[in-house]
Amino acid sequence: MAIAQAVETGKAGHQAHGRDHGHPAGFIRKYIFSTDHKVIGVQYLLMAMLMSVVGLGLSLWFRVQLAWPGKAAMTPEQYVAIVTMHGTIMIFFVVSLALSSGLGNFSIPLQVGARDMAYPFLNMLSFWIIVPASAIMILSFFVEGGAAAGGWTAYPPLSALSGFGKVPRGSPGSGMGQTLWLLAMALFIVSFTMGGLNYVATILNLRARGMSLMRMPLTVWTYFVAALLGLLSFPALTAAAIMLLLDRHLGTSFFLPSGLVVSGQQAANVGGTPLLFQHLFWFLGHPEVYVLVLPAIGIAFDVIAAFSRRPPHGYKTSVWALLIIAFLGMIVWGHHMFTSGMNPFLGKYFSIATLLITAPFAVLGVNLLASLWRARIRFTTSMLFALGLISAVGTGGIGGLFLATATADLHFHDTYFVVGHFHLMIGVVTMTGTFAGIYYWFPKMFGRHMNETLGKLHFWGTFIGAFALFVIQHFQGFGGMTRRYFEYSADYVQPALALNPAVTWFAFLAVGAQIPFFFNFFWSMFKGKKAEANPWEATTLEWTTATPVPHGNWERLPVVSGKPYGYAEGANGDAHRMQNAEA
Amino acid sequence: MNSTAVTGHEAATHESEPGFYGTSWQKLMMWWFIIGDAILFGSFLAAYGFSRISAVNWPDRTQMFSLNFITVMTFTLITSSATMATAVAASRRGDRKAAFNFTMATAVGGLAFLGMQAYEWYHLIHNGARMDTNPWGAPAFGAYFFAITGFHGSHVASGVLILLITAWNAKRGKSGPEGVELTGLYWHFVDLVWVFVFGCFYLI
Repeated sequence: MAIAQAVETGKAGHQAHGRDHGHPAGFIRKYIFSTDHKVIGVQYLLMAMLMSVVGLGLSLWFRVQLAWPGKAAMTPEQYVAIVTMHGTIMIFFVVSLALSSGLGNFSIPLQVGARDMAYPFLNMLSFWIIVPASAIMILSFFVEGGAAAGGWTAYPPLSALSGFGKVPRGSPGSGMGQTLWLLAMALFIVSFTMGGLNYVATILNLRARGMSLMRMPLTVWTYFVAALLGLLSFPALTAAAIMLLLDRHLGTSFFLPSGLVVSGQQAANVGGTPLLFQHLFWFLGHPEVYVLVLPAIGIAFDVIAAFSRRPPHGYKTSVWALLIIAFLGMIVWGHHMFTSGMNPFLGKYFSIATLLITAPFAVLGVNLLASLWRARIRFTTSMLFALGLISAVGTGGIGGLFLATATADLHFHDTYFVVGHFHLMIGVVTMTGTFAGIYYWFPKMFGRHMNETLGKLHFWGTFIGAFALFVIQHFQGFGGMTRRYFEYSADYVQPALALNPAVTWFAFLAVGAQIPFFFNFFWSMFKGKKAEANPWEATTLEWTTATPVPHGNWERLPVVSGKPYGYAEGANGDAHRMQNAEA
Repeated sequence: MNSTAVTGHEAATHESEPGFYGTSWQKLMMWWFIIGDAILFGSFLAAYGFSRISAVNWPDRTQMFSLNFITVMTFTLITSSATMATAVAASRRGDRKAAFNFTMATAVGGLAFLGMQAYEWYHLIHNGARMDTNPWGAPAFGAYFFAITGFHGSHVASGVLILLITAWNAKRGKSGPEGVELTGLYWHFVDLVWVFVFGCFYLI
């Protein structure tokens, strides 16, 4: 088994230094219930790949309905359920699992020079809570009424109208499907919180000697900031989810207003407000965007440094920009609610604070771009994805300026402009970052290279498909095409609708481009070109240990002697200095 | 770095940076958990404030509660924080017997609090309060009261369980000063949350 190679040190290795570091014995302890962060990272990646088949499949299904109405066999109720589940699965069970949990688990201890996560058992538990969470999410398709259909934001009243007890039933999907959705999300939050605690404790406490905070690779910095944001914001969603469950099953009125009429029947609820849920949800929802996007940018910094053979531009300013983004990210959630009803002065505040985030984000973008200045770039697949990320950050960011402005947002709200914008950010930016990371660390994970030709095919298909599809959606949004609609009838929206077949074809291209990736991933695990310990001539700590990485990561932990990016330090500009090189 | 073979966790800490101001990762994790949990309670209480301010006829607290009873309840919980602090001090001194006794006393305090809370709930339910209705005014009162005090109560209950395990471990010498202190951190946090819950429901 190839995962074996990721952790297998060879029995000789263990006996040689004879650590009592609980090295695993049987197959099950080694690869199934493993506490090794490298195995857990790969497990998360595989889980995300499995869930992405479902999530991407759903997207193609409803894209067919949008492009050629009636051609995809589905009812309007099923359509909203499919859209809801696509969003939920992709955000929480694909991007979060692959990028935050998968690559984070693999890279953090290796990059800070630790033997494992601070609390390996808790780490294993985090993964094994995700397994039932994923299963429940998928199984919810098959209960009475089908899967949740209230959108990935699960706004009440619809999501609260469960049909249990005195509570009226809102739609087929707001029955058992929505309850299971909440249950799966609760498990996800528990897992993600435990993971975040581990990240923060590992990064703060288990750094190798000499690894001061300002010597950490930017990947670690972004995971650190993302973990803090997650720990500070997810509790608000937990509170909202608990109250939503009480509304659904015990007849309370946290989110259900007085005088609600459902299917001609007057509901018994008194005095609740759906607006409260929106505040709690977006208090999580907005920081969550940065939880996902920042690590992708961090990985891009590392990858670009390695393949442009020079240190990233402005390390310190990038770190400060990250911290400022994190702070501002916590206090701008209201910009998702401009049309929900709020005091105009509050709207102005949220607008201005959101626009302020542009500044630190521009710092990150410019630092990424400037890192390429006069560099002798090595165009590997990993590097191509990192370059694609810069482009997506820029393009997606410009859409953000429109949406942050309250007056413009009144027009754009709930149109495909929003869909295009957030897919560029938490779809394209995160996935290009994830792929850059996978191609970059694959040799460290499995001791073999991924195939570069298939990789480039994967990149161009993904990039052209995804970029075209989401940029066109911006224009459809300009044209007044609203999101979450099964069919459109208004005349004014017809020009925008005419673009739908093209968008769907690009979606097929972007999703089809994942086929060579899947093949490449599993084929290369066993048959790929053998990789040496430091194939990219990179300088951070994960490349100082052997490949495959021994259990415990290093026989003796490295001692850090300098900055993470020791590129272009030689007289002719191509020598590199490992982070643990003797001074 | 010396050249002898590395053995076990103890060596691992020597190989690493001294950590975050010398705090162990266990304590660091507990603090971050507490901060997250505080935001969870904060979200509940913020929602409560949001709804209460916009409600038309919020019930009059003097009609529903006996402030004397709640004062005793609160006093019991705060006292248990004091016994917990004593247990931590005893554990630091290496006095296992005292550590055990005072941790057990803390658990007893927690149980007494839970008993009084059960009585308080019984009393309110007996008078007609439910999750979705109550005889005194805005129905949201019942929903928030039972949800928030119930959620806090579940924290106290899990805290009591942790206290019992810690006491047992402290007696057998399995839980050192750090272990007792971590349990103490959690317990003090649960007590502190009660002060806010107490203030928001019974005093305002």
